[in-house]
Amino acid sequence: MIPKKIKTIPYTATRNACKMCTPLGAALVFHGIEGTIPLLHGSQGCSTYMRRYLISHFREPVDIASSNFSEDTAIFGGGDNLRLAIENVTRQYFPAMIGIATTCLSETIGDDVPMILNGMDNAVDDTILVHVSTPSYTGTHVDGFHGAVHAVVERCNPLTGKTKDDLKTRKKINIFPGMLSNEDIRHIKEIFTDLNTEFTILPDYSERLEGPSWEDYQAIQKGGTPVREIKTMNLATASMELGSILAGTVNQGGESAGSLLKERFDIPLVSLGFPIGVKATDLFFSHLEQLTATAMPEKYKCQRGRLIDAYVDGNKYVSKRRAVVYGEEDFVVAMAGFLAEVGIIPVLCASGGKSGLLEKALEETLAPNILKQVTVHQGMDFTRMEQAARDLNPDFVIGNSKGYTMSRHLNVPLVRVGFPIHDRIGGQRILHIGYKGAQELFDTIVNTLLQRRQDTSKTGYAYM
Amino acid sequence: MEPISVLEDRKNQIYRKGQDSFDISCEKKSLAGAVSQRACVFCGSRVVLYPIADALHLIHGPIGCASYTWDIRGALSSGPELHRMSFSTDLSETDIVFGGEKKLEQALVELIAEYEPKAAFVYCTCIVGIIGDDVEAVCKKVAAKTHIPVLPVHSEGFKGTKKDGYKAACDALFKLIDQNRKPEKQIPLSINILGEFNIGGETWIIKEYYRRMGIEVVAVMTGDGRVEEVQSAHRACLNVVQCSGSLTYLAKDMEKAYGIPFIRVSYFGIEDTSDALYDVAAFFEDTPEIMERTKTLVQEEVKTILPELSALRKDLTGKRAAIYVGGAFKAFSLIKALKHLGMAEVLVGSQTGNKDDYALLREMCDPGTVILDDANPLELAKYVMEKDAHLFIGGVKERPIAYKLGIGFCDHNHERKIPLVGFEGMVNFAREVHETVTSPIWDLVPRKSFNRAISKKG
Ligand code: SF4
Ligand code: SF4
Repeated sequence: MIPKKIKTIPYTATRNACKMCTPLGAALVFHGIEGTIPLLHGSQGCSTYMRRYLISHFREPVDIASSNFSEDTAIFGGGDNLRLAIENVTRQYFPAMIGIATTCLSETIGDDVPMILNGMDNAVDDTILVHVSTPSYTGTHVDGFHGAVHAVVERCNPLTGKTKDDLKTRKKINIFPGMLSNEDIRHIKEIFTDLNTEFTILPDYSERLEGPSWEDYQAIQKGGTPVREIKTMNLATASMELGSILAGTVNQGGESAGSLLKERFDIPLVSLGFPIGVKATDLFFSHLEQLTATAMPEKYKCQRGRLIDAYVDGNKYVSKRRAVVYGEEDFVVAMAGFLAEVGIIPVLCASGGKSGLLEKALEETLAPNILKQVTVHQGMDFTRMEQAARDLNPDFVIGNSKGYTMSRHLNVPLVRVGFPIHDRIGGQRILHIGYKGAQELFDTIVNTLLQRRQDTSKTGYAYM
Repeated sequence: MEPISVLEDRKNQIYRKGQDSFDISCEKKSLAGAVSQRACVFCGSRVVLYPIADALHLIHGPIGCASYTWDIRGALSSGPELHRMSFSTDLSETDIVFGGEKKLEQALVELIAEYEPKAAFVYCTCIVGIIGDDVEAVCKKVAAKTHIPVLPVHSEGFKGTKKDGYKAACDALFKLIDQNRKPEKQIPLSINILGEFNIGGETWIIKEYYRRMGIEVVAVMTGDGRVEEVQSAHRACLNVVQCSGSLTYLAKDMEKAYGIPFIRVSYFGIEDTSDALYDVAAFFEDTPEIMERTKTLVQEEVKTILPELSALRKDLTGKRAAIYVGGAFKAFSLIKALKHLGMAEVLVGSQTGNKDDYALLREMCDPGTVILDDANPLELAKYVMEKDAHLFIGGVKERPIAYKLGIGFCDHNHERKIPLVGFEGMVNFAREVHETVTSPIWDLVPRKSFNRAISKKG
């Protein structure tokens, strides 16, 4: 089944992008590792802009260092600057790890970062230096995100660390959640804890980017996956990786953190989409049950029961409603699956990402009768999205804050989910995954639609 | 908790009034790895040109630079809103290898056809400086084809600091004025307002003052800006420049080229606003009615706002404030405005101040004040804690430092949505400061030793 194509005139410039650049994803990952400071190898502006962008969503300090290119650096190479930056970051922050991500600039002038880093390990005591290549002109923030997770796992789990005996001591599960919210990460941790299973989740920025008010200054906020735990990821019984596009990439021969551990250490890898909605969460739990040989705790069965009951209560408010869903590709696929499961037609599924896998992932997620009503578009910006959406008569749009302009022009409500949320408080606390997440999403969507009906009705019923 | 250490190479950019005797070092490139709060050259250019609402702003480079600056500023327009769109050539790998000129040209031609802007600005970002696109040539070609001014802005991020970005923007503005200049006559009793960006409608407030004074505003650069207005800027008698010199470059160029003198003013706070209006009135001394009208205006306005200000001042007297802003000029005004509210500054810093700015700051500030150039989050935290500030005035990047430490915050950056200029702006400012400083939540924050609550401490 081939989804419908959009008939808009192609154009050259990107107009109101529905994506961010690669190093931003990497910087986010490094904030999810204990004691780690991200350092962008490039000009000052990139770091500052990304800091501001992340701060506006998380409302927490986000420190990203820069090697601060000047004209000389751009001509003669950034080696000295990078070394100096590493030394200064070490002196100021005493980090356990420095996550070095390149930018368009350092990539284009061809700085050989691994070579520059070679021999630096001694200069900075025990600080681990991790390098990830993140030129922005080859991908989006999502690629930077997965790239950084992969780089950290690779750096902390060298092949030489593998011994036969280790196999016996394997017990924990690695979980790579992908780019989810703080609340999502906390929920995954809760689930694993409830299953009595040891696990390492990477990254985990849920504490560092949403910590309590301080008693005293914290140069690097508390929280994050401890480096020592990342170092023992090669001792796990299995790895679980979330994100259907990521899974698709691995299937096509791409490398992810999970596939690296599988290759190097024979750790089985389970890949599945984000567990958003009942069906996706069922799948998530069934995998967990297999991996841990533990049945789904009663608590989650109750959540599931209540959720389905709520679906029933609200079915008529949402059935046949039309939604535009946009954001990161993994997110779009999972969200479309959820919408379809409650009877909402995701008439337009759009992303600024361009993995080439979006259509296929949606084909695998949506039933054919739904799919034929769906328009899919990768590499899309908000201007084109708005044009396309106009013809599709959506009842609402669902995605990050950046879609606000579109929703305003279309005069339909925006349900805010994903990243970034820049025009509301609490974006970092939105729960998307699990039965509980679906419950929150469902309530929000139904109430948004009800409010719309109420606000636009002449009568203004107080009883709906 | 370990004390926060300050990098050796940064020590001469931190000065304590009354303790240190060296000249503060400034106008330096940010130290690698120091986590500067500064942005880049491109940011400077974008700030200055962005409010021109009927121009096309195309960012030539990979997507990030455009993505992060999409519609984040509070610059309002009374008409077209093309400036709120984020256009990028979104360079991909092949463009990097083979050059982005073709893509740029095509993008420009298409965008101009579709959006019909009155002029186009092409911002060069870092990458463009490296791959060596001849942006100048492309702009010329497209201008010839489309019959509108197409101006390159040489804002490659790594080629300096935000200040160089102001300069690049001024160069583009000057070209825009100069290219299409017809030998039109000077407009009597007229001024241009420079360095005013209509954040939250500020331009409108100031324009209204000038209208009441009987002065014609020819062009505002660039608040609620229009290309055509900018193009008549050479017809004004005087350039009135606000802000930390972001448009001083242009004022100087215009002085040289057209003999238009300029004065520097600020519209933040009662003193500075009054001074600004009086200075302009004094310039037109041959028309004494202007001064008369100005006096009445200032008296009326001050009378209107004083009761509320004094009421707010009661709760704020004795409270300590930290200021960290982009340009030092804004800091001067803020210090004066805070004094008006009975507050004292304990930390003052800027991203781009120069020697003269810091000398003046040193004179203005109370003894013990920490003065910082191009600070980073660790230093800011160290000194706001040490100085036990009740309020932090800064931008989005400073906000979490204040909040995490249980300190009130006032946004004084381009991203805010509330007008802070003029007399009514002073009230808005005072209200905002009051709202945050007197919030009862400070009773709940864990830093008890450091209790901000007005309810507890007088
Ligand atoms: S140069 Fe590249 S890394 Fe830097 S902001 Fe632009 S797109 Fe992002
Ligand atoms: S790439 Fe250059 S111009 Fe763009 S944000 Fe980074 S420093 Fe600024």
